[in-house]
Parts: sequence; structure tokens; C-alpha cells
Amino acid sequence: MINERNLPILATLLVFIMLYGFGMYEYKGFRDTLVFSNLLTDNAFLIITAIGMTFVILSGGIDLSVGSMIAFIGVLMAYLISNTGMHPLFAIGIALVVGVAFGAIMGVIIAFFEIQAFIVTLAGMFLFRGLAYLINLDAVPIDHPFITGLYDIYVPLPGRGGLTFIAMAMLVLLALGILIARRTRFGMSVYALGGDSHSAALLGVPVKKTIIKIYALSGFYSAMSGVIFAIYTGSAYPLAAVGVELDAIAAVVIGGTLLTGGVGYVFGTFLGGMIQGIIQTLITFDGSLNSWWTKLAVGGLLLFFILLQKGIVYWVKKRSAA
Amino acid sequence: MKKNNFLHKHQKTLAPLLSLVLIILITASVTPGFLSIRMVDGHLFGSLLDILHRATPTALVALGMAVVIGTRGIDLSVGAVIAISGAVTAVLTVNTDWPVWVVILCALGTGMLCGLWNGILVSVFNIQPIVATLILMVAGRGIAQMITEGQIVTFHSDVLDAIGNGYFLAFPIRVWIAIGMIALTVLVMRKTALGLFIEAVGANVRASRLVGIEARLLVLSAYVFSGLCAAMSGIILAADIRGADANNAGLWLELDAILAVVLAGASLAGGRIYLLLTIVGVLIIQTLTTAILTSGLPVQYNLVVKATIILAVLLVQSPKTRQWISDFFTKKKRAANSSTGKADTGKGSEKP
Repeated sequence: MINERNLPILATLLVFIMLYGFGMYEYKGFRDTLVFSNLLTDNAFLIITAIGMTFVILSGGIDLSVGSMIAFIGVLMAYLISNTGMHPLFAIGIALVVGVAFGAIMGVIIAFFEIQAFIVTLAGMFLFRGLAYLINLDAVPIDHPFITGLYDIYVPLPGRGGLTFIAMAMLVLLALGILIARRTRFGMSVYALGGDSHSAALLGVPVKKTIIKIYALSGFYSAMSGVIFAIYTGSAYPLAAVGVELDAIAAVVIGGTLLTGGVGYVFGTFLGGMIQGIIQTLITFDGSLNSWWTKLAVGGLLLFFILLQKGIVYWVKKRSAA
Repeated sequence: MKKNNFLHKHQKTLAPLLSLVLIILITASVTPGFLSIRMVDGHLFGSLLDILHRATPTALVALGMAVVIGTRGIDLSVGAVIAISGAVTAVLTVNTDWPVWVVILCALGTGMLCGLWNGILVSVFNIQPIVATLILMVAGRGIAQMITEGQIVTFHSDVLDAIGNGYFLAFPIRVWIAIGMIALTVLVMRKTALGLFIEAVGANVRASRLVGIEARLLVLSAYVFSGLCAAMSGIILAADIRGADANNAGLWLELDAILAVVLAGASLAGGRIYLLLTIVGVLIIQTLTTAILTSGLPVQYNLVVKATIILAVLLVQSPKTRQWISDFFTKKKRAANSSTGKADTGKGSEKP
């Protein structure tokens, strides 16, 4: 029998298949592997951000700072590469350390001062965007040969498609996320924390330490997303990725993670991100619809999945009471 | 202990007011002529008036936000509602020859409808407010773009122009509108039982239900009120630029509004509303923004300064910080009284 906890992710899978199937049925061009590999590349930065967000939401928190973090990391990277002549690899390393450190600081504030994650990360959102502005006000190109070299790495697939470096990096980070969630003590702690933090503490989960690690991990993933975004666009812009935090939250929710925490899968988030990408691609293929339909469709899907979750929770409660 | 609480309460009221005065004084010392107010053609002009003028849309939104936060909620969709009501105002003015007051009523109604939607999701379906209002925040700008068909619709109407930039009795009309709305809200919240009920719902839903308060209806009306406030703000913003910009109208306004409520000392955990202090919070934010602009600092410092201030206020407000400070002092006292009794400082503070 299907466990009702898996129902949301099954719904996600169904929506994914239906949307993709609809595209393949309706448009000939959709059947090519090119569409799929483009989906992987174009949504890589969103999916990477959303993987970090999955851990945060699984623990019952939220991280609104991710979009600004992406912009900040990109601008920081561009500054390090072009103004100090640093090798991009070092620049990426420094950018990642900075991302993790800022995430951890937010985690410390949330864990030790017991302030809601929502408002702390909101402050972080302002701060990172502001820091990005302080470094640079304009869009600057990142045209170091190492970065363009990474962009050009390409593994052809049957058909016209192929895996880019960006897509592969995303898939590796996805696998890493699944491993962390399913195979480590930290992953177990995250699920326990989201289920019931009080019982988790009684069971010996180090609550504060885990919270700090969760936000540090989210910082890592959004910093990584910033790096990927910089490679993807070949530039850095302090106004980049505005509103990505909402898309990421939507990807997590559409991916079947329960917003109250405790239930969900990293792989579902991948599907959630891809579904948003498919909607966008379908609207592009249609040609007559405007881009705002994407927002409406994503909002509608969000509502559907939240109501589905509510229904399931209600049903489970009713059944266990009977 | 009781005396201490009393002191804390007054500290809370004084802190935002003092910070506002301090910020104004500092800015005045850096920027000459900041405090000067001139009378031209029966209109008041000056930096302080400019702050009031610019603060009105945020003040209206913050008013609704304060009520919603009082019920232990949050309304992230206000920016989108501003865009929607602005779009309705613009499109109806351009495409119909309805009288202006009908257009304004339609825009206000649309805002209330948006609020009703949020309220139903929160109080009937029991969805967490952050998430419930997130849906409209994501989809709302799409709806606004559908109404304007993706264009920036410009319009002309004498009445709307007056609302946006007109003057009455030396003050901008929009400031009068905001003052009227604030007075009305304070009156209703403080002179009727409604305010008490809303705070009761925010403090403890179950207890308030047991006393016989219709919690669901109250929460629902809080969101409708927030939608109404956002719609007013949307009309003013559209009237100000004589056009509706679905993408940028009210962008990030929700953050300023939440910040103002938090600056006023309200807990995001609900239960206490400080309406007038929220307006002081709005003025603090607007003064800071204007101060940064007029002092010659680059605009980009704005966000960093804002973020640092929020974090500082949050850290000071945190009950944990207060506890640590009081722990620190009692420890000192105890150490002075007797050399034993250091053991029970950490454990007792952990709440489930």
C-alpha cells in the first residue's frame, strides 16, 4: 500500500510526467533530448538553491536570503577575479567560504537568540543585496578563460541534447543533497527537528548545532548557486536573482515537502524545480502566451500542493483518531 | 520584578521615538537646511514634509500589517495587492467613463477581495500565514500584469492627481488620508473591544475561543483590512506617477512595512499591537532613506544600513538577550552576596 506520506511526491511525479507528456504530444520539438538538457542547464541555479532550501524547510524553518546571496557571491567572485587577479578557483573557494560563514551566522542568531528564521533571513536578504551593491553597482562581465572553459564543457547525448558543466554540477550537488538527507546523522536530525523539535531534543538531537549547520548548508548551496549563475550568465550583477527565494520555496513545496517540516525528499525538490522550468518552456513554445502566465501557473500549482498537503494531514489525523 | 516590567514597557515606547529624534538631529547636523520648512503658495515645503509625503504609502501598508501581525500572522502579499489595485485604478480610468469615486471603490474592493482570499486560506484552511500570503505574492504580480496587459498604463484624472500630489490646508492630501486612516484605526482598535479581541487571538487562539471570541472571523477581517490598506497605498502610488506599473509598484514595500512593525516593538509572535509606534517606525525608515540620499552617501548604503539596524533591533528585542543581561547582573549580585550559587544560570532558561 502507498504510504500517505509519499502521496505529495507521487503527485509531483505525476504532474511532471503529465506536463512533459503534454509538451511531447503537442510540440514536435519538445521530443528532442535538447529540451531536457536545456531544462537541466537553465534551471540548475534554481534547483541548487532549492536543495539547500529543502533542508531548511524540512527542519521547519525558512531562508529568504538565498536570492541576494546568489547576487552577492557573483559580484564578489567577479571582484576577486578581475580586481585582484586571483585564479577563479581560489575566488570560488573564497566565495563558498563566505557563503557558508554568512549562513552559519544567521543560524547562530536563529538558534541562540531564538528569533524567527523568517525575520533573520529577511535581514540577511537586505544585507547581502546591500553588500553586493557596495562592491559593484553595475553588471560586469566575467570573461576569465577558466570560467568560459567551464561553460564550454559539454557531453553530447543521443539527439541534439547534451550535458553542460552546469547541468552536471547540479546533478552532483543533487546527489550530495540526497546523501546528506538520507545517509548522515545530520540528515536524520533535520527530519527529527522538523517533525517535533521538543521530542527531538529529548531524543538527544543537538538542536542548536543542527540549526546552525542547516543554515550553513543553505548558505553553501545558495553560494554554489551564485557560482553556477555567474558561470551560466558569464557576468555578475547586484540585481541578479531577485525573487529567486520565492521560486526556490515554490520548488520545494511543489516537490512535495511538507511546509510544517519533517516530511519530504530532496529529489522531489529537483522535480519541483524542473516543473517550473517545463511550465516556462511550454509557454515559450506556445508563443502566444505572455510570460506572466508562468507566475500564475506557479502560484496555482503552489496552492494545489499546499491544499493537497493539508488534505493529507487532515485525513491522516482523522484516521488515527478513529 | 513588577517594577522592572513597568520600566521595560516605557523603554519600549520611548526607544523608537528617541531613535527618530536622534536620526533627525544627526541628519540635520550633517545636512544644512534639513529642518527648514518654507511656505510657498499656501503649501508647506521642506525635507521633513518630503519625508511625510513619501512615507504615506508605507505607513498605510504598515497599519494593515500591524493588525495582521497582532493576530500572529504576516501578510507578504501587500506589494502584489498594491500592484493589482494600481492596475485596476489605471485600467478603469482609461477604459471606462465611470466617475472617479466608483473607480476608487472598485480598486479598494479588489484589495479587500485579495485580503479575503488570504484570510480564507489562513483561517479556514489553516495554512501558515507566510505560505498562504506567499501564493498571492507570487501570483499577484501576474494578475496585475494581466489587468494592464503587460503595459504600463498611464492615465489622467484631476481627482487622482490631487490624491497623488495635491495639497489641502498646507499639507499633502495623501498625508491627510493617511492621518485619517490611522486615527480611525486607532479609534476602533483602542476604543472598542475589537483591538482587545485581535490581540487576544494573537496571544492565544484556543484561550480566546474558549472565552467566546469568534477567532476565525477576526483573523479573516484582519487580512481584509490589510488588503484594504494595501489598496489605498496602491491607489496613491498609481496616482503619484499617473500610471500603473505592474512590475515595480510597491516592490519590497512589504519588507519595509514588516520592519516598521518590528521597530515599533511588536513581537512577530503576535499578541501586542503598537499602531502609533508602527507609524514612528515607518518615519524612522523613511528618514533614514532620505538622510542617506541627502547626506551624499551613495544610495547603495541604504540596504546595508537598514539590514544592520533590523539585526541590531532584533538582537536587542530578543528575550534571550534580556535574559542573559539580567542573568549577568543577578550573577554579579549573587557573587557579591555569597560566593556560592553559580550553578543554576544556564539550565532554567531553556523553554520547550
